[in-house]
Amino acid sequence: MSPVGDLGRLEVSVKHKAFSAATGGTLRVIDGLTFSLGKGEVGALVGPSGCGKTTLLRIIAGLDRDYEGNVGLPDHGRLGMVFQEPRLLPWRTLEQNVRLAAPDATDADLDALFGTLGLSAHRHHYPGELSLGLARRVALARAFAVHPDLLLLDEPFVSLDDALAMRLRDELAELVTRRPVTTLLVTHNVEEAIALADRLFLLSPSPARVIAELPIERPRSPRSPEELAALRGAIARKLKGAQ
Amino acid sequence: MAFRLLSLALMLVAWFVGAQLTGPRMLPDPQSVALMVVSEAQSGALAFNLGATLLRVVVAFLLAMALGSVMGLLMGRYQIADWLGDPWLVVLLNLPALVIIVLAYVWAGLTETAAIVAVALNKLPIATVTVREGARSLDRGLDEMAEVFRMSPWVRLRHVVLPQLAPYLAAAARSGLSLVWKIVLIVELLGRPNGVGFEIGTAFQLFDVTRILAYALAFVAVMLVIETFLVQPIERHVTRWRPRTA
Repeated sequence: MSPVGDLGRLEVSVKHKAFSAATGGTLRVIDGLTFSLGKGEVGALVGPSGCGKTTLLRIIAGLDRDYEGNVGLPDHGRLGMVFQEPRLLPWRTLEQNVRLAAPDATDADLDALFGTLGLSAHRHHYPGELSLGLARRVALARAFAVHPDLLLLDEPFVSLDDALAMRLRDELAELVTRRPVTTLLVTHNVEEAIALADRLFLLSPSPARVIAELPIERPRSPRSPEELAALRGAIARKLKGAQ
Repeated sequence: MAFRLLSLALMLVAWFVGAQLTGPRMLPDPQSVALMVVSEAQSGALAFNLGATLLRVVVAFLLAMALGSVMGLLMGRYQIADWLGDPWLVVLLNLPALVIIVLAYVWAGLTETAAIVAVALNKLPIATVTVREGARSLDRGLDEMAEVFRMSPWVRLRHVVLPQLAPYLAAAARSGLSLVWKIVLIVELLGRPNGVGFEIGTAFQLFDVTRILAYALAFVAVMLVIETFLVQPIERHVTRWRPRTA
């Protein structure tokens, strides 16, 4: 098991991670990537597609142990995770899906979660009867229901239409504000990262490393277009400067 | 439903016509077979023999399914188990039923245990191969989900793995039930003093086609009842989550 991080922080230091390519030889995906995230903070790993973000998340989640380096999980290391696909059990109802992952969740807790995410009417439906947007919400509810010490989100809004992605993003922001939990979000979408995170970690193209860390002032609050443009400009400059 | 009944009626008519053409010695007509069923039922012999056979079918079937599921699951999930088990599987799959039965009787005597083990061994490799196929196609994504959320081994088996195996288990059970009852008959014919197979063996020596048909059809009826009232409801229950294509 991973050692516990200092003071409930998430400490990640991946010195080296490579895959062996099908054609022989190895493919370096992560190279000297280090960052840490304070208790209750929302961090966003932002980087181009295919830069090794999902690999990094799998390493942090303990699903990939074949790497050099170490990961210190906050507190007891209880994980909640939202994968790119919802990954629900199709033969169990929504409520059963959540309860199987979070057997200790109270009824009141689930009622509140389902209420916030607009799932109350669907509790007894099977995942096959839901749209992708609803299934994504169930995956979010499941991750929150376990009261995680660390919440991992792997492009949770990918392949949803813009309006729906925006609404889910707001719901997620509301959930994180209401019940603070150390959260690591992986995304290629800068807007999404700005809207949700306390802190951005900008990643280089593969092999990935952190090229800049950018704290966000007044996280998860409305921003004027000028402010947004300034933030986007700062991010673009840092990304460019690193190349 | 109407077509099923029509088809069944056609079968009876063909039987009746066939009986008229070949004579009662080769093929007795339906009503004499029915009368034989009734008289055997009245003497109690029918229930006794059907019960003996059914008991063997059930025990051998459960034994083979339980062992086959465990072996198939292990072989499908762990490469080393597959390497170790595969040669045994190939040997068992290609050993004729008759050889297994004769060897079981030679080695263990004409006993009930030998009979049931012989039947189970015939069914075991097929159940194993089917379940192994299912275990190989288990969803990696759901496995990872269960690992991240630290589900207990029991929850993972019961709620993640078994539902994925259900169609394969159902296929193994379906084909298994009919295979097992056919082999039980041979086992009874060769070395048991009761059961449908024993009765048919006796009837064969007396060239009593009526009795052969009476016992065979009575047992087919029993299996039909099991299929309709046990296998199908279970199947409906485990596939209840699939959206119906109405």
